[in-house]
Amino acid sequence: MKKLRTPVELRQLRATILSQRDPEKACISICCGTGCRAYGAEDVAKALKNQIRRQGLSKQVQLKVTGCHGFCEHGPLLVVYPGRIFYQRVTPNDAAEIISETVLNGNIVDRLLYVDPTSGEKTHFEGDVPFYKRQRRLIFGSNGLIDPTDIKDYFAIDGYSAVSKVLFEMQPEEAIAEIRKSGLRGRGGGGFPAATKWESCRKAPSFDGTRYVICNADEGDPGAYMDRSLLEGNPHSVIEGMIIGAYAIGSHNGYVYVRHEYPLAVTNLSIALEQAREYGLLGQDILGSGFDFDIKISRGGGAFICGESTALMASLEGKIGEPRPKHIHTVVSGLNGRPSNLNNVETWANVPLIINRGADWYSEIGTEGSKGTKIFSLVGKINNTGLIEVPMGITLREIIYDIGGGIPNDRRFKAVQTGGPSGGCIPESLIDLPVDFDKLTEAGSMMGSGGMIVMDEDTCMVDIARYFVKFLTEESCGKCVPCREGLDRMLDILTDITEGRGKEEDIELLEELGWIIKETSLCALGGTAPNPVLSTIRYFRDEYEAHIRGKRCPAGVCKALITFIINEEKCTGCGVCARECPQGAISGKKKEPYNINQEKCIKCGVCRDNCKFEAITVS
Amino acid sequence: METVLRKVAAIVSEYGGDRDSLISILQDIQSAYHYLPEDALRAVASQLDLPLIQVCGVATFFKAFSLEPRGEHIVSVCLGTACHVRGAPAVLDEVERQLGIKASETTEDMQYSLETVNCLGACALGPIVVVDGKYRGQMSPGKVKKALRKQRKDLEGHGV
Repeated sequence: MKKLRTPVELRQLRATILSQRDPEKACISICCGTGCRAYGAEDVAKALKNQIRRQGLSKQVQLKVTGCHGFCEHGPLLVVYPGRIFYQRVTPNDAAEIISETVLNGNIVDRLLYVDPTSGEKTHFEGDVPFYKRQRRLIFGSNGLIDPTDIKDYFAIDGYSAVSKVLFEMQPEEAIAEIRKSGLRGRGGGGFPAATKWESCRKAPSFDGTRYVICNADEGDPGAYMDRSLLEGNPHSVIEGMIIGAYAIGSHNGYVYVRHEYPLAVTNLSIALEQAREYGLLGQDILGSGFDFDIKISRGGGAFICGESTALMASLEGKIGEPRPKHIHTVVSGLNGRPSNLNNVETWANVPLIINRGADWYSEIGTEGSKGTKIFSLVGKINNTGLIEVPMGITLREIIYDIGGGIPNDRRFKAVQTGGPSGGCIPESLIDLPVDFDKLTEAGSMMGSGGMIVMDEDTCMVDIARYFVKFLTEESCGKCVPCREGLDRMLDILTDITEGRGKEEDIELLEELGWIIKETSLCALGGTAPNPVLSTIRYFRDEYEAHIRGKRCPAGVCKALITFIINEEKCTGCGVCARECPQGAISGKKKEPYNINQEKCIKCGVCRDNCKFEAITVS
Repeated sequence: METVLRKVAAIVSEYGGDRDSLISILQDIQSAYHYLPEDALRAVASQLDLPLIQVCGVATFFKAFSLEPRGEHIVSVCLGTACHVRGAPAVLDEVERQLGIKASETTEDMQYSLETVNCLGACALGPIVVVDGKYRGQMSPGKVKKALRKQRKDLEGHGV
């Protein structure tokens, strides 16, 4: 492969690639992101490939295996170009018909269309699906257009033009000024202005001139997977952002620190790095500009704390991932004692967009203090689970009802949890809250990396608080006392409450402990750890009181406080529950209502699960 | 022992004997043996000229590493928030009961190891149980027995 030596060569290459592509050629873009893969998308892709070959269409039809399209709930997904026909829940058996009907004859395969559950109408095109309609997919939308393992697809959508622009038309300070003007804030959780970080790192003294640019892809928040989907589906956008950042900061060494649980992201990123090097977009003398920069991948060891900057950098040095006090910031002394700039995957992916379209255009999107779009993972008790990209300032109501399609099974919406284990729960009363960095913080939660877990009336808020505290006790590195011991005590108290041993003074004790942990912990893990507890006490105090005073769990979740009972009117006496019960706790006569022996019952829920008549209820 | 030493030497040299690459080196050893044998840890320490305690410190700090041999088949139950609100704890209880082991344990016949993970990023399918890399979504306590039975049957079908 000939290395690109000038911006003109890059432009020519793009023109050549585009001229070789016929926009009218049939192309099937199939989502093979993690969600769709779990639904069997790879088998669908294989079946399509076989059909294309069998029907002798290898030259006329292209199959593009792409990263995540976002609408995970309805996977496996695919889009047939040039007509942009959108099919969902596709199986390998549909492959032949998709090729012979849609690709060859332009006919729609009716059963694969998306049906809007409210109107009952069928949707032909991706853009018309309500889930996509309200989104603004500036960063994430390209996923459906590119094969992440082929850099040419990225060139075709103007890839690396921002690098070319920055290297040849802008001074490093100008690049920083442009990012400052755009108002870009870090998407990893803290929301720190990116340009301020870059500038501090650029200005920090380094005795040998070394500076590091690092991408944080240690996405540890349970329920958040947008960084993974970006790295898997569009790795070049992240690489391009990092090159621009490196030029602005004056760095020649980059790292991507990625979770070891994300093998596909590592694979696709490695391929992308190799291809970028082949084209002279990484390595020495990038595009003939004289600027050198390269990126290494480092796989994390599976520790949540390593998302914290100092812990991440310790881990990059091959050490235990423990944070250190930050009176000297990592932009001054980070990895190997050199100035180091750490930004998250999504932040880096925003950078080429800002350079290409300009800060003025970018800063028109969003709210006063939060510009641009944000990718959220909308999960939990919601009809349309998936990854969504929306402008900052959109309300929770629009997200949950217009995009998310509301709560399944006609249950009532109760709360949405944002910000992962560091965040909090936002109750129904705040459903018209505009979502941005500052508004979420005011509501006692935070943006975090963008997990949005929807909860309904069957979710116990005390149990959720306990869940997060338990998660954090396991993930606390144990270096500082408030976090290590304080969280353990919080967990003890919450366990007591959920198991019916709660005491009247427990709520005040939790608040006091939470306050102390927040104030005195070493790093942000401890500093935000009490948020899930404090926010649930703030908005759902009555549920805590029901557990403590009434010894009952209103949502019917906490095992020690619930009993399974058989509704005699609904029970047909089929005996399935008795057969499946692992404890032999259920007995009765055929065709007569059965009975549960409460002393033997371990409340595993197997009976309720197997009852076809919904005769087993929790009280 | 000999082979372990050779294997470790090969992995260490792949990273140019770089101490900063300790975590990556341990990850490669872990994928070769499915755990970190004591001999391998000692060999890494001596070849990188690091104190054994630092190698062991890293090996015990990160969740990706196991110091115990693991079973032939790995069952992972996702306990991410999305799976949790959809009832993952009850699913885990049932898997534990069916396999007769607790999370992070291995059956006596070394057939199954049970793990929990904090999020697999396939939240639409929650609760998820992964058996030997195969995702089984929308699990419930009642489906566990069947899923494990099916997995055993698949194994027999493949003559394993």
